Amino acid sequence: MAAVAPPGLAPGVLPETAAVYWRPRVDAARLQRIGRLWTLTTVAHVLPFVLAGAALIWLEPLSAPVALVCLAHAYVIPALYASRGANVMRPARRRDATSERTALGLLGDLVDHAERDLHAQTGVVLERGALGTWLVGESGALLVRSGGRRVDCWCVGVPDPELPSADRIAHLLLALRTDEQGFATVANLAFSGSRRRVRARLRPEMRPALDAASSRARTAGPAPSM
Amino acid sequence: MDRTGHSTLAEWQADDPAAVEAAVEAFRRELDRGYLAMVTTGPGKAEQVRELPVDADTVILRKPIAGG
Repeated sequence: MAAVAPPGLAPGVLPETAAVYWRPRVDAARLQRIGRLWTLTTVAHVLPFVLAGAALIWLEPLSAPVALVCLAHAYVIPALYASRGANVMRPARRRDATSERTALGLLGDLVDHAERDLHAQTGVVLERGALGTWLVGESGALLVRSGGRRVDCWCVGVPDPELPSADRIAHLLLALRTDEQGFATVANLAFSGSRRRVRARLRPEMRPALDAASSRARTAGPAPSM
Repeated sequence: MDRTGHSTLAEWQADDPAAVEAAVEAFRRELDRGYLAMVTTGPGKAEQVRELPVDADTVILRKPIAGG
């Protein structure tokens, strides 16, 4: 069996990373830095509104309505970011039933019994990686990192809108299994933050998958290297 | 993997040179069309291949992914 590396890429590296050559490869340390930056950015967005609201009330209690608007902004901005993250898992419109069934058969061959059941229930596939536990959807993936409290939401997909849903997941799953760090490098990070905030904005049928991923991330310990 | 769910491009046995040759041809044709060939190498692991691994159970051809 001949593993390949396109020109300039080491063996085992996802070939699609060549299209985003300017991006540093995403590893655990980089993910942690990105996560901290997201938290810092959120604080920087929220804190001025909270302080302004508090200052208004302190200076003039009659300005309470304006202060409430400030506090609402402080609430809404992180909520919008979390919604953007959860939206990466939004399923696309279903194609014809025959191709969906055929694609589902192939996807079923790629995962084990428990993951098949979870997919049937939630529409996403759970995959354990070295960076954490992944939930792979049709046009994006969630990464629940060790501890299960932080979720990174990645927007990534196959640029062919005609593919059936399960095929789209299978494409992403195979790419993820080939090179997890490369997968995260190619994908666009839509959000990094609290699992609780993402869960509240996920479609209800997908929430059990996030719970399962979080539970796996908490209990599984260090994942095998991929 | 394609719009029909998936299509079988070729089936072969390692000891059937004609079938292997036809499979290799079909394989190369799809690579030229931009598909990437993958084989599963264990639980949760896959590898990209550029030559048809005649001893593999299944070779899956997928399209490149991209950030959305």
